[in-house]
Amino acid sequence: MAARVQEADFDVGAELAALRQGDARIGAIASFVGVVRDINDGASVSGISEMTLEHYPGMTEKALEAIVAEAKARWEIFDALVIHRVGRLLPTEQIVLVAVTGAHRGETFAACEFVMDYLKTRAPFWKREVTPDGARWVDARETDESAAERWQARWEA
Amino acid sequence: MLKILYFASLRETLGLGAESLDLPPGVADVGGLLNLLIARGGGWAKLGAVKNLRYAVNQEMARPESPLKAGDEVAFFPPVTGG
Repeated sequence: MAARVQEADFDVGAELAALRQGDARIGAIASFVGVVRDINDGASVSGISEMTLEHYPGMTEKALEAIVAEAKARWEIFDALVIHRVGRLLPTEQIVLVAVTGAHRGETFAACEFVMDYLKTRAPFWKREVTPDGARWVDARETDESAAERWQARWEA
Repeated sequence: MLKILYFASLRETLGLGAESLDLPPGVADVGGLLNLLIARGGGWAKLGAVKNLRYAVNQEMARPESPLKAGDEVAFFPPVTGG
């Protein structure tokens, strides 16, 4: 399974070890870990005390699998893994892991960034923050949309 | 019968996470269903004002012109904010 949605935390070292275990073709592993901060860009609030991640069970897993499949079609990579947490999370906690294995760094870096950019705009997760002013749903950022779109432009070029 | 799901801020605004609805006569696509829901009035009218409302049919991203048939699972939600 290339994609997992879970409440529990994950161990990056253990996940990377499992992903590359016994595969001597692998020369590069690129990974990204997203973490909960206590501030949010583009807003006057700071001091986020907790966050709740909601998702669309069923569609989320399908969307993540589709993004991984697309990354494998676009770049010469061997494997990719996405773990995304849901439920209640506190600042400094890990939210998401994307890891990609390949022969060389160029393809693995690019594929890892692509998976993350597409996840941000296509996987059905929603963040709700608790701040000193109360709870609020996080607004989508246009910079996330443009980050995803540049891969489309690159693909079509 | 359609299964309709609402997520995140939309679920809170409507006070409803899921409902079942017989596919109404004359409703052929997602946009048609949306118009029917908005026409319920009250809080439902807010569906028409949600910025960048997203849709999914059978757990795939969809568009207003995406066709609907009995048995489909339709979801309405705000732009996603994971990662």
